Amino acid sequence: MSSKVIHAIYTDDDLLMQAVKQTKEAHYRIEEIYTPFPVHGLDKAMGLAPTRIAITSFLYGLVGLSVAISMMNFIMIEDWPQNIGGKPSFSFLENLPAFVPIMFELTVFFAAHLMVITFYLRSKIWPFKKAENPDPRTTDDHFLMEVDVANHKIEDLSQFLSNTGAVEIKLINK
Amino acid sequence: MYTLSSKLKLTAIIFMVVGAIGLIFSFVTAPSSIQEVKDIIASQEAHHGGGHGESHAENTHQVTADAHDNKAGGNEHGMTADAHNAEEGHDDAHAEHMLHQLQNKPWAAVYVAAFFFFMIALGALAFYAVQYAAQAGWSPVLFRVMEAVTAYLLPGSLIVFALLLLSGLHINHLFVWMDPEVVAEDELLQGKSSYLNVPFFLIRAALYIIGWNVFRYLLRRNSLRHDEVDHNRFFRQSFKLSAGFLVFFIVTESMMSWDWIMSLDPHWFSTLFGWYVFASLFVSAITVIALITIFLKARGYLDFVNDSHIHDLAKFMFGISIFWTYLWFSQFMLIWYSNIPEEVTYFITRIEDYKLPFFGMLALNFIFPVLVLMNSDYKRVNWFVVMSGIIILIGHYLDIYNMVMPATVGESWFIGIAEIAALLFFGGLFIFIVFNALTKAPLLAKRNPYIKESKHFHY
Repeated sequence: MSSKVIHAIYTDDDLLMQAVKQTKEAHYRIEEIYTPFPVHGLDKAMGLAPTRIAITSFLYGLVGLSVAISMMNFIMIEDWPQNIGGKPSFSFLENLPAFVPIMFELTVFFAAHLMVITFYLRSKIWPFKKAENPDPRTTDDHFLMEVDVANHKIEDLSQFLSNTGAVEIKLINK
Repeated sequence: MYTLSSKLKLTAIIFMVVGAIGLIFSFVTAPSSIQEVKDIIASQEAHHGGGHGESHAENTHQVTADAHDNKAGGNEHGMTADAHNAEEGHDDAHAEHMLHQLQNKPWAAVYVAAFFFFMIALGALAFYAVQYAAQAGWSPVLFRVMEAVTAYLLPGSLIVFALLLLSGLHINHLFVWMDPEVVAEDELLQGKSSYLNVPFFLIRAALYIIGWNVFRYLLRRNSLRHDEVDHNRFFRQSFKLSAGFLVFFIVTESMMSWDWIMSLDPHWFSTLFGWYVFASLFVSAITVIALITIFLKARGYLDFVNDSHIHDLAKFMFGISIFWTYLWFSQFMLIWYSNIPEEVTYFITRIEDYKLPFFGMLALNFIFPVLVLMNSDYKRVNWFVVMSGIIILIGHYLDIYNMVMPATVGESWFIGIAEIAALLFFGGLFIFIVFNALTKAPLLAKRNPYIKESKHFHY
């Protein structure tokens, strides 16, 4: 079964925002929007759920902190508690200030890198990935809204979209 | 226009009266003779008798050992007491030492509270100047609140100056280098006497205070005048004044921290101390601005302030709290790591005698704000910001407490009537002056060039 979508192309981000609001109001389903740059407020207008990547980053930070603490506790305190320049290696707490720079850096390292990798995985981006761009102009100065045709009449929908200010309307069989 | 409610006025006055009574009480009850101190030591010994008696059974002079152990609870003190006991008349020397500490206690309590509220006003002025100099688009709706907080700068700095003057006149003994007998026996202090001498000290203090207050006066006057005219000359003037103030501020603030705080421990020095005090006063000031903004908004006076403004203030509270921790840790860790005796005594006295306030403030000033204010949504919830704001203020009071007390009262510290009364008194005065200043001008700076942007600020 082939599904049909309509690609409506806009040349202005304000117009696009307006069109998104109208399309939402008319209860058409927006499949995807392609823009050359971040359009402020677009996610809210589309009704996208807020990202949870900051929460993952916090948790990764905690992982990094635990790694740093357990690593240094094992190496410096448990495995071979040497006297290095008179530093008190009797317990972790006594030697804590010397470990803090590493604890901090590893927390940041884990939080940052694992968050970036999470972002890549969730956004499905990797080297040699085939670009999913329906129209190369959307990387330059055009905005493309992909609307699901579903059970709506194609004429009505395209009429509606051209009323919202689209400069080009294309019917695509997916 | 804001009108000062009689309830708030009454609260402030009650704070001041209760605080004043408490302060008078603590000044009157401070011991005035060695005999009184010996009585205190004896009664403390009776109090702690049992437990300590057993653990130091070998100790022949339990009086001294116990007095030492009251706060520190370490065996080293028992041993020092033993060693010292060989000396004739050690009891007297110890009692005299304690007498000075107990006599200093109400003065130090007043000094800590006076400095704490003064530094909030100074920090608010610095924050205000940063907003002007950076041409911030979000904050002009808060300018009148910031200006009101800086209204405490003049009385606050004069009170601190009065306390410094009293120290210079030997009415109290907060600054040990002001005592000629001590300096006569101390080569280190003699070496520093070209900087640390009373006349130069007071002249410096006067210069800082005059400078800050002149800048404050001009900035406030420009801000009020700007409302009434149809050109931007006063605004441009404020911009230049702010830039000039920030240069003047960072130099004088740094020197002020050496003079007014670091010289309490005249044998000790730290190069990043000025920044450290700056971080403390900056975060306290931002917190107070946030608290007053939320209070006024809840009363319906600041309709043009929205969640995003609170969110921005909370971000500053969060960020500068971490900045403070960074400086605290940098100072602590460098000294702990190298462990040079002349530097490390500063932290040894604090860790031995002030364990709870010293590490407690770290939890209050760092862990709490980090965990509570990290979430973007929480920064918009007023009661979260208020709660963490109160914690931050308590934490930074303790921070100043930890800077001042070990040098002035040593192990005889206690957060009791004197400290709380001083906080109440200056807190009441602060509220009274700041909220009075809020009634003096409309709460919205009318035609600031950025006011429209600020009203529609949205994060």
